[in-house]
Amino acid sequence: MASLKDLRNRISSVRSTQKITKAMQMVAAAKLRRAQEAAEAARPYASRLGRVLANLTAGMAGRADGPRLMVGTGKDQVHLLIIATADRGLCGGFNTSIVRLARERINRLVAEGKTVKIICVGRKGREALKRLYGGMIVQTFEMGHIKQIGYAQAEDVAAKVLSMFEAGEFDVATLFFSRFRSVISQTPTALQIVPATLDAPESAGLAADLNGAIYEYEPEEDEILAELLPRNLTVQLFTAMLENAASEQGARMSAMDNATRNAGDMIKKLNITYNRSRQAQITKELIEIISGAEAI
Amino acid sequence: MAQKLKFDLVSPERLLLSEEVDMVVLPGHEGDLGVMADHAPLITTLRAGWLIVNPKSGYDGERIFVRGGFAEVTPAGLTVLAEQALRPGEIDGPLLDAEIRNAEEDVKDAKSDETRLRAQYKLDQLREVRSAL
Repeated sequence: MASLKDLRNRISSVRSTQKITKAMQMVAAAKLRRAQEAAEAARPYASRLGRVLANLTAGMAGRADGPRLMVGTGKDQVHLLIIATADRGLCGGFNTSIVRLARERINRLVAEGKTVKIICVGRKGREALKRLYGGMIVQTFEMGHIKQIGYAQAEDVAAKVLSMFEAGEFDVATLFFSRFRSVISQTPTALQIVPATLDAPESAGLAADLNGAIYEYEPEEDEILAELLPRNLTVQLFTAMLENAASEQGARMSAMDNATRNAGDMIKKLNITYNRSRQAQITKELIEIISGAEAI
Repeated sequence: MAQKLKFDLVSPERLLLSEEVDMVVLPGHEGDLGVMADHAPLITTLRAGWLIVNPKSGYDGERIFVRGGFAEVTPAGLTVLAEQALRPGEIDGPLLDAEIRNAEEDVKDAKSDETRLRAQYKLDQLREVRSAL
């Protein structure tokens, strides 16, 4: 049985841990709100860009001479996996679940005899992957020093991906990130970004929108498409990074909430033990005094 | 003016403007163009330059700097998707000068023609903003 002093130390240490987890939970909640707002603010741009692209590609469908970002290189030998995780831990299974999904994909691709290259966005992903797949990692982007993810960060990553694609260093690119559903639910997702997968063109809806009129294009359709596809890639990366940021904070919030609750339970139990053993000691002392007095 | 044009200006990070306007002048890829209500449906890419909202006489409307992006005109209105959109007050002078110096160095240090072209393009854009301030 632990002494009273040990128990007291134990209780105070758990209590200070609880304070930390409680603070982290509240910080995560505040950051989550900001991350959600940022994700919300980015939505109109992404959805409009998607709509215009869908409209443009509808006219190009079936043509083999379309931009390579859209039709691909015609091979699927070299796969590039862009794995977006957090830069920090202590957010429950957030990083692990993204990495697990990516690892399954890597193992399957390797088993099929494909070449795999990896770009890590976020430090935790690299840490988890470097032991097994260190040789495949091409580059790591760290976001730790950035408070609020901006479009510029997505541009950096996109520039790297595009230059690799132009140099013919991969055929298919897939993006791994965590889609934000709610504070308690984030789904790790794999999204193929090269060749571009676009939502089915809602040409019916668009035609109605235009009253049957046809767009004028300035410059030509092909040129616009060639300019929009890289931009679309950047926007997809940006959206993924924002979703990831929101998911991370959500995951951290619920993880820290659990930790705070566990610490509370632990303190309760320790307090009961502490009070019992204090009572036991008092009783023991009383018995000693009484039996001492009786002996005289 | 009888009819108003529904105008949305969106950057990847936020929705900047969403209002009814009389006219917008866009820095189109093939030259500036004015858009008013009932314009024919159009999709155009934008070059870096000033977008002018509600010009009265000449260029004295509200000016917004846009960099890269495209504009979509539908019967419902005008949507500008700009990669970067800044009001004159949001452009940071000293920071911009530093960026220009950086860009100049990039042009000098560029190893391949392609990177030099890209750096030069960026530098030109920055200079254009600077001169317009």
